[in-house]
Amino acid sequence: MLNVKYGEAIRLAMIEEMERDPNVFICGEEVGQYQGTFRVTQGMLERFGSSRVVDTPISEAAIVGLVTGAAMAGLRPIAEMMTFSFALVAMDQIVNHTAKISYMSGGQVKVPVVIRGPAGTGNQLSAQHSQSLESWYSHIPGLKVVMPATPNDAKGLLKSAIRDDNPVIFMEHAGLYGMRGEVNEDPEYLVPFGQAHIMREGSDVTIVSYSHMLNTCHRAADQIAQEQNINCEVIDLRTLVPLDVETIIRSVRKTHRVVVAHEEARNTGFGAELSARIYELAFDDLDSPIERVAGPDVPMPYAKNLERAAIPHDDDVIAAIKRVVNLA
Amino acid sequence: MGKLAVRESPDSFPFDSREGVSLYRLMRIIRRCEEPLNRIYREGKIGGYLHLYIGQEAIAAGLIPLLRSDDYLLSAYRDHGHAIARGVDPKRIIAELYGRVTGCSRGKGGSMHIYDTGRNFLGGYGIVGGVVPLAVGVGFAIKYRGGDQICVCFFGDGAMNQGAVHEALNMASLFKVPCLFVLENNGYAMGTAVERHSAVTDFIQRVSYGYGIASERVDGMDLVEVREVAERAIAYIRKRSAPYFIEAECYRYAGHGFSDTAQQQKTYRSDEEIERWKQRDPIEIFGRRLREIGALSSSDEEEIDAEARRIADEAIDYAENSPEPPMDELYEHVFTEAG
Repeated sequence: MLNVKYGEAIRLAMIEEMERDPNVFICGEEVGQYQGTFRVTQGMLERFGSSRVVDTPISEAAIVGLVTGAAMAGLRPIAEMMTFSFALVAMDQIVNHTAKISYMSGGQVKVPVVIRGPAGTGNQLSAQHSQSLESWYSHIPGLKVVMPATPNDAKGLLKSAIRDDNPVIFMEHAGLYGMRGEVNEDPEYLVPFGQAHIMREGSDVTIVSYSHMLNTCHRAADQIAQEQNINCEVIDLRTLVPLDVETIIRSVRKTHRVVVAHEEARNTGFGAELSARIYELAFDDLDSPIERVAGPDVPMPYAKNLERAAIPHDDDVIAAIKRVVNLA
Repeated sequence: MGKLAVRESPDSFPFDSREGVSLYRLMRIIRRCEEPLNRIYREGKIGGYLHLYIGQEAIAAGLIPLLRSDDYLLSAYRDHGHAIARGVDPKRIIAELYGRVTGCSRGKGGSMHIYDTGRNFLGGYGIVGGVVPLAVGVGFAIKYRGGDQICVCFFGDGAMNQGAVHEALNMASLFKVPCLFVLENNGYAMGTAVERHSAVTDFIQRVSYGYGIASERVDGMDLVEVREVAERAIAYIRKRSAPYFIEAECYRYAGHGFSDTAQQQKTYRSDEEIERWKQRDPIEIFGRRLREIGALSSSDEEEIDAEARRIADEAIDYAENSPEPPMDELYEHVFTEAG
């Protein structure tokens, strides 16, 4: 095992896959000479050369077109979005092209691309750089959506993403890049899609979350265990598409109480889908209504105090837990 | 459309006359396959959008047969002519329009999304300009692997005002990808004339000065001229691995799509204009040339036309008698299965 940061784990995954398969390359803004905006691609230009670590203009639609077309012709490209907020410029390419080509062609053409980069909220980056839009991508048939929460998952899931024959939206969290953890060194170690991870076992409340929000959920679970002797089971979805419904439902049948938690805004956020699935499949197992912890429906404000109120924190999760166990 | 690019016939016929007859035949097949489609649409047998290529055949027939089988093609939503010229079986194209499982895309793409990977025909695309970034990616892959194939990408004048097209043209030139961009300028972005949609209507200037891409304009109604320019462009791309841009001035006789009826078209163009362009019909122009050099007799013409009609009829029969996709097709190909 290696002890590395989340960002380094992502780099390791790319390096291993590029060494394994000459059809894998990475392109994006500042990925080469500049060494990556968040240093994720540091050293890769020197290692692989400019034909495989490709600096692009600030042209997100063309970047996604580039990787999609290259994948249609047999390569396995990775596109780095400087942030997922900038991917909005490429939404027509992603939604109308990348995601649909397999289906529109009756299965003749596959599009094995990975579109990756930092997503999520925080750091006073304000409205246009600090947002979480994973439910948008999850809504598009043809896209897989991955949101790793730990360095080991970041590596194992990215390697699965690169080897997948479909378009994968790989949303990293800028707030996790510095997180350290043990990472499996085996170059054949993959974390499969559609297998949620029970990060913490518990019997009283199921908390379903993903990405950076899991840290908040863990702190909340620690505190409520100490203060109220309530034991939470924390599930890391790892991938939103495909979604591991079985693991969620199994846990719900054990705890009968559910909190779903994410950074993205509440209105039609991914928590709405999670709640609906649980109601459809396990309504009779629930002892109380599902609680949703989510960002408020506002553009991200800049001011520190307002930003803090716009991102769910420990207190919000604790309050939700108390409500589902009728302590509130 | 203000300018009618009329050019005198070249003195000599520039290529093999048998080849010429086969290109004439190709144009006839493209047209005969499309002519019944409005009627079939009215009968409710095909749905969705229907964008006819009629009037623009000299571009597909002048250019596409020059390509190698390992070259790539992508098109926009007016894609039937390009597909037929690439050798995609008209039966499978018409079956796709009928939404039958025997269609090129198993009935799941429709008129605007014709694919045939066996012929490196990587699809028609329905978002104006959306195909251009994809073509740059295909060109990038060719270059990445060190091949000498080229990727040809067709689009219309409306695409010239889409942001993604400009991002992609810049990238194509920056990365020197082997792409041939073919702007089929039929004078109208749907119902908006070029003069009403582009501040600068000289697209060659925009692309050559704006992006440093070798660019050339051609009379898209004249197959001989299209072929001559296309030969030059293809040789340039193969030799230099750099992009080339052709603007082919042309005209579509039918409306933008099925719902752009003759009555609707009066909002943006006159019957006189349509008639004026029909005087320069690409099939007529090229047929005249072939007759002048004695390569095409009137009985040849009749024979070719009868064959083209038969191909169209057979394609329609094939589509009519093909089954719809089975219901389990609904969920297939959303994702490519591993293995």
